[in-house]
Amino acid sequence: MTDAATETRSVVVEREIAYPPEKLWRALTQPHLMEEWLMKNDFKPDVGHRFNLRGDWGGVLDCEVLAVEQNRTLSYTWDFKHDDAAYDLKSVVTFTLTPTSKGTHLRMEQSGFRPTQKQALGGAHAGWKQFFDKLDQVVASEG
Amino acid sequence: MSKAHDTLFRTLADPTRRAIFERLCREGEKTVGALTARAGVSQPVVSKHLGILKQAGLVRDRPDGRQTHYSAQLGALAPLIDWTSQMAGYWETKFDHLEDLLKRMDQ
Repeated sequence: MTDAATETRSVVVEREIAYPPEKLWRALTQPHLMEEWLMKNDFKPDVGHRFNLRGDWGGVLDCEVLAVEQNRTLSYTWDFKHDDAAYDLKSVVTFTLTPTSKGTHLRMEQSGFRPTQKQALGGAHAGWKQFFDKLDQVVASEG
Repeated sequence: MSKAHDTLFRTLADPTRRAIFERLCREGEKTVGALTARAGVSQPVVSKHLGILKQAGLVRDRPDGRQTHYSAQLGALAPLIDWTSQMAGYWETKFDHLEDLLKRMDQ
């Protein structure tokens, strides 16, 4: 999880999806579909296109498309400006689709977190916030 | 993400199961019967959830005569406090939504 050379970390989440890459690609790149599973957006699958992801919690992510290889790879920046450096986030999200006999292997890598990052954006603000707040309290009380 | 993380996130992603676990965290050791009384689901369902929580290392059972007492194992949560895990959990949840969407796209 740690890249000593650049002092950043990454998160990898993988899942077997029971649908072909072509269909998954639509969900990853068509704005109205992206909104249904990810966030409101003005995405276009063009390298260099700048767009925003707008969370239900009011936060806005600044994004720029870095790579588009239809049905295979999609990569964009995932930045969140914050005055407190500990919460300021510059990261890159890359989706990799690999066809399998049963559908698609989906791999998401989010890289660029600094070790000093206090809070993971999204994870902290979406549905998990309350949950993790509770867990923090619970674990703290456990000592 | 490690397999252990994956198991923890999947285990706690279910709202009923999470509610049972949170209650054990707040109120301490409980029997299946006591948990069922306020879980809003049947005893076999509660037992099933407890089995899954136990497999994930989140609860421990202590047999006492004909009763079995369950308690939360808070140490099992420590990896989740790490922010990289928070982010992984975020994406796991998003991927759940993505799979729901793909199902709807079929129709």
